[in-house]
Parts: sequence; structure tokens; C-alpha cells
Amino acid sequence: MRDKDTEKQMTRLACYRKFYPGTQPNHLHPPYASSVKRAPLQPLVLLPQTLSEITGPVIGRERIDPRACDLTRQHAGKPLGERIIVSGRVLDEDARPVPHTLVEIWQANAAGRYVHSRDQHGAPLDPNFTGCGHTLTDSEGRYRFVTIRPGEYPWTNHYNAWRPAHIHFSLYGQAFATRLVTQMYFPGDPLIPFDPVFNCTADEEARNRLISVFDWETTIPSHALGYRFDIVLRGRDATPMEDHAHEDEG
Amino acid sequence: MSPRSTTWQTVGPFFSIGLSWLYDEDVAGPAAAGERVTVEGQLLDGDGQPVPDGILEIWQANSCGKYAHPDDMQDKPLDPGFKGYGRVPTDDQGRFRFTTIKPGRVPGPPNGSGSRTRLQAPHLVISVFTRGLLRRLITRMYFPDEPSNNEDLALNLIDPARRHTLIASKMDGRANALEWNVILQGADETVFFDC
Repeated sequence: MRDKDTEKQMTRLACYRKFYPGTQPNHLHPPYASSVKRAPLQPLVLLPQTLSEITGPVIGRERIDPRACDLTRQHAGKPLGERIIVSGRVLDEDARPVPHTLVEIWQANAAGRYVHSRDQHGAPLDPNFTGCGHTLTDSEGRYRFVTIRPGEYPWTNHYNAWRPAHIHFSLYGQAFATRLVTQMYFPGDPLIPFDPVFNCTADEEARNRLISVFDWETTIPSHALGYRFDIVLRGRDATPMEDHAHEDEG
Repeated sequence: MSPRSTTWQTVGPFFSIGLSWLYDEDVAGPAAAGERVTVEGQLLDGDGQPVPDGILEIWQANSCGKYAHPDDMQDKPLDPGFKGYGRVPTDDQGRFRFTTIKPGRVPGPPNGSGSRTRLQAPHLVISVFTRGLLRRLITRMYFPDEPSNNEDLALNLIDPARRHTLIASKMDGRANALEWNVILQGADETVFFDC
């Protein structure tokens, strides 16, 4: 019986909250043309969280290349473009830091070109810039990357379509349930209001939280501008799991 | 007001430059205990066309039904050779492949009428990412000829006509090889979860 009690206590503590309504995109968003044939049409099946969802991969420090957080020092020379510092904190919905969790980023170079065989944009590649990095957050949930400001680039979604400058972010958090992939934008970018990817989320405040903040605190004199981008992962729900199970049965 | 979760955005078409360093087809790890299986399949869109720019992420318990994670406090042994996590891409034909071990059974949530939990059937939890998906899709893969599938929590939440989309099938003439396809949209659409 002791094991059963332990399991019960553990699941009571660890369930993750539902997303707040409107703050996440629907799978189907026709202005983003690629979603039309890839979004499921059947409704998602509501599944109570189990041990399978409240646990998740833990990427340890032994997997981390300490040089991977500086995208400007991965080659013999310096990359072209404006060097920037991108930093922030990874928090949960109770504003608690998410420590020692993996943050991965990837981005275009200063000319708006990715080091990828399917990127056919006519802008030049930069032999000194690959555009990917990773790091772990520290004990207070902080992360920091040195990179260059990515360029805007055209895409074929609609006539005269251009993506605003952005950096892709991928995070695990503490559970399968807390996985997040998102994009960070830059303040004042005139392309943001026209971007169907940025606009896929209904809630305006939620969208605007994807725009980083210029930050004097992390700006290094005569060296690099700082941008701050805090990320919030799902927090634990105070509601015991039994209630979810009961709702599903009712 | 407490902070709200950051909104999802698509991985876009060029994610491999950032995510490929963690690609690993061996989900269990070479030294893991348990019954080895190879899983092969195809990721298809609503026109039945292969999705060449996709990733599957797999998470699973070890052969005893224990997750390699501090929140799994079951009194079951950890397997030091077991990893339980893999990230695999699709190729130009939308095909993916991984090897692993069949996991043990893990508890489901308490059933609402008491403190007893019901065990789930052996399963993998899987995230699907592609260009065109604004956030990940969550699904599960189950094993063929597994009697406990009949009493599994998640499978019993699904329309019986769609359950087969989550159960891998044996491949003819190949021992320990399973086929499991992911169909994003349309006839025989794979079941995806909100959890």
C-alpha cells in the first residue's frame, strides 16, 4: 500500500496546468499556408496527465558543449553582422525559475540566410556563422547567448511575404508536458504585424511576449547590444489529478 | 497576475541546423535491458504526401516500467544502461526509424473512486514537429499482441475505430520489427492528444 500512496502523492503534486485560453495557436491557421495540409482535422483527445507526461528527458551537463552558447566563436573568423547578447530567464507559471534545463536556438545569418540545403534565398552564406547554439539554464533559470542579429528574409507563403527577424528557441523544462518550441522577435521590427506565424496566436498580449526587450543591463559598452527574452513554461496545477480523472469519467 | 506560458511557434523548415546535434535513433541505449524492437514508419500529410521536414521525439519508461526522471518515485529499479529518449528526423520520403526496448507498464492516474491506480499498457509518448505545425502534436505508440491494450486508459478514451492508429504492426518476415505510421490529416488520421 505504501507504493500506491507514494504514487498518489506524486501525481497529486506534479500535474501541469492547461494553457490559458487563447494564448496558444490552433493547429490549423490558413494564413500560414503550410498548416492547411498538415494540421489534424479531428479534435484532439483530452488525456489526463500520467507519469508518462509529468516526467521527461533530462539532458545532463555532460551533453553540453560549453562553447555552444557563443555563436560568434564557432569558426576561425568573426561572423558578419551586428553582434548581440540574447539572455533571459526560464520561469514557470508561478514565476519559479526552471534550473538546469536545455535551451536550443537556431537562426538565419545577418543576410537572412540559413545554413540549410532547402534555403534557396539568394543572400550569401557566411563561412563564419552556422547559426545554432545550446546551453543549460543556471540554478536561477538564467540563460545567455552571444550571436549576431539575424536578417529578415523572403518566403513563398503569399505575395511579397517576408519573415521578421527572429531566433528559434527549443526548451524541455522538467516534463514531457512542458516542452516548448517558439520564436523570439526584435522590438520595432516593421514586419511583425504582417507575419502570419507571429499572428497565429489569438491573444495579443501572448503574441507580444514573443518580442524581446532591448536591455541596457546586458548591453556591453563598445561591444554588443543586449536583448532580454524571458520564457514561461507550464506550471504545476494545484488541482489534484483525481479531479481530472473524475471529469473525464463524468 | 502570475506569468502565462509562452506561446508556441512553428519549428519552420530549417530546424535541423539547431536540433540535429541531439538526433539519436537508439532510444533505449545500447546497453539497456529488455526486448529490443525496431520501429519504422512514414510521416504523411493530408494529401498522403511524405513529410520530409519532420522530427519525432520519443520518451518512454525502462523495461521495468520506471522513468529515468526524479519525479518517478515508484519503487522499481532504474537501468543504468537505459536512456529512454530519442529525437529522430524524417528523410526525403518522410520515413523515420528508431530502435528501442519495449517498456514495462507504468501507472495511470488514480481512478477517482479510491487511491488505487490502474497500470497503463506499454507505450511510447511521442511529440511530432514539422514545418506547418504551429505547435507540436502529441501521440502515443502501443505494441501489437499486447493483452493490456484492452484496459489501457488512453486507448479507451479513443473512438474504437481509431485505436489502431496508435498500435504498431509487426513487419512480415522481420523479427522484432514494427511498422507505425503517423498520418497528420485525413482518412486514417493518427489520434493526437491534448494533455
